[in-house]
Amino acid sequence: MKYMLLIYSGGAAGDFEAWMDYDKSVKEAGVYVSGESLTDVAQATTVRVDGTERVVTDGPFAEAREVLGGYYVLDVPDRETALDWAARCPGSWEGGAVVLRECEVF
Amino acid sequence: MKYMLLIHGASEKCTTDDWVAYGRALQDAGVYVGSAPLADDSLTTTVRVSDGGETVVTDGPFAEAHEVLGGYYIIDVPDLDAASDWAARCPGARFGGRMVVRPIVEFP
Amino acid sequence: MTGDVNASVEAIFREERGRLLAALVRRFGDLDLAEEVTSEAIEAALIRWPVDGVPASPGAWLMTTARRRAVDRLRRDQTYAARLALLQVEADRAGPPVVDGVLPDERLRLFFTCSHPALPEADRGALTLRYLAGLTTAEVARAYLVPVETMAKRLVRAKKKISGARIPFRVPDVRELPARLPGVLRAIYSIFTEGYAASAGPDLVRHDLAEEALRLARILHRLLPGEREVTGLLALMLLTHARRAARTGPDGGLVLLEDQDRSLWDRAMIDEGEPLVVAALTGGPPGPYGVQAAIAALHDEEPTDWPQIVSLYDVLRSLTPSPVVDLNRAVAVAMRDGPEAGLALLDDLAGEPRLRGLHVFPAARGELLRRLGRPAEAAHAFREALELVGSEPERRHLRARLDEVGG
Repeated sequence: MKYMLLIYSGGAAGDFEAWMDYDKSVKEAGVYVSGESLTDVAQATTVRVDGTERVVTDGPFAEAREVLGGYYVLDVPDRETALDWAARCPGSWEGGAVVLRECEVF
Repeated sequence: MKYMLLIHGASEKCTTDDWVAYGRALQDAGVYVGSAPLADDSLTTTVRVSDGGETVVTDGPFAEAHEVLGGYYIIDVPDLDAASDWAARCPGARFGGRMVVRPIVEFP
Repeated sequence: MTGDVNASVEAIFREERGRLLAALVRRFGDLDLAEEVTSEAIEAALIRWPVDGVPASPGAWLMTTARRRAVDRLRRDQTYAARLALLQVEADRAGPPVVDGVLPDERLRLFFTCSHPALPEADRGALTLRYLAGLTTAEVARAYLVPVETMAKRLVRAKKKISGARIPFRVPDVRELPARLPGVLRAIYSIFTEGYAASAGPDLVRHDLAEEALRLARILHRLLPGEREVTGLLALMLLTHARRAARTGPDGGLVLLEDQDRSLWDRAMIDEGEPLVVAALTGGPPGPYGVQAAIAALHDEEPTDWPQIVSLYDVLRSLTPSPVVDLNRAVAVAMRDGPEAGLALLDDLAGEPRLRGLHVFPAARGELLRRLGRPAEAAHAFREALELVGSEPERRHLRARLDEVGG
């Protein structure tokens, strides 16, 4: 089962080393599928198509209180294991949170 | 430059064919890096670790977003105009849905 | 002597700054670096030119100097250079910087970058003033009546987005142009209206700003001579600005069109604008700036052709429906058919949320009520307008009207 770990840490949680350690452990455990870290939300742009007209605006579309900072997709046997990985992720420390979502299977 | 296209509030009017065609277009253009559709938001769980080291697991999403992340694509294109073009071509941008385009951090 | 050199140096900088910056952005793909070396080249010129004299092609001199500085900078900072993926730094240094002593004009790219839809709408005019008109951050801050630090922060944030999200320096292709050009025109027009309507402060027209907007529109018109809406925008601004001297009376109060001293109108500007209106309305369906320019042209004629103005407002309303257009149309109808007809149309607009907080609605109502000989109601409307008005000349005018109707 694939899970996506969405990282809402506000950039505060965990030092660089903690992230490197985490990254290393998901890869060594063989559960890593993909992952990326996102730049500052100030650089976000929203695109929507209204009929045929493209509407491009500055910033994220909703004023979310906390901003997505990155994600991991992990392939693990069950939700419990995914939860474990979420708790080990530095993004869930120090006031941050990791949101766990199941990936759709077709 | 890699960009993440975050799919918010994709309309149910978009057919499976629309999504398949879009995925194929990305691959054919050679810009596709990765993607994942997400299961229904009712299956979402939030995890935090308190300062005391205790894991706190709660049902539901963390941030109260108006519309929920439905999936994403990562593409590798030269600039924001190219990324916006691909975002606009995605079924998720139509019928009231929106795509948020965010640059991905490039580590040296 | 030194004074003369300084004056001509200033003039050259004003003309060359935007062009130089755009050429450097094109070459190095980095706004920060381009900005830095543009300033350095100008500083170098301020030192050299009074001593050596102004070079034969000042633009080429500035470009060569700026490029050298950029190359030096990139040599010192290899990671920066790598990030910019500069492959031909050496070749560039040796190569011909400028062809035939003329700087290539890359400003069109920069116009589109500064007005990119992924940037906050409120900052696009400021970016255009900073990077294309060559104003300093302090001057831009003054233009928008905000503290310098506030403007500096806004510009830095916008620049960060341009480089961080990689907003390109490119001219949209033919397919994209219809969607992107209005944004550029809107940014220039916002500078003009900011200078013109002067929503706050002692002056009715801030000529410096209006003239910067005109200068920018002239540049854009030279770069895109075939785009009818660019022509229309330039014409609109020329034909509006032509009446600037007549818009305020000796007491500093606003003077309405029918009371204006026509000898104060700028004939040269009207003569420049009129053929542009024709060009803007020829060869395809009219655009909103072309139609507004035609309306401005009719205001510059005597007697004013109100029936024609009303029909043009009808066209404008179909292109860009807005309660402000409806309001202006109602005033034109009052001029054509009498105040009663205009007032009826205005009353239909009462309660329109997008007119709330604007003094123009009660001011127009007051004027029509005054003409209808309903002084008590007129006084009420003028008082309402006075509470909302920001600019001093308009305040004076409204106060004079209020006195007249016995308020």
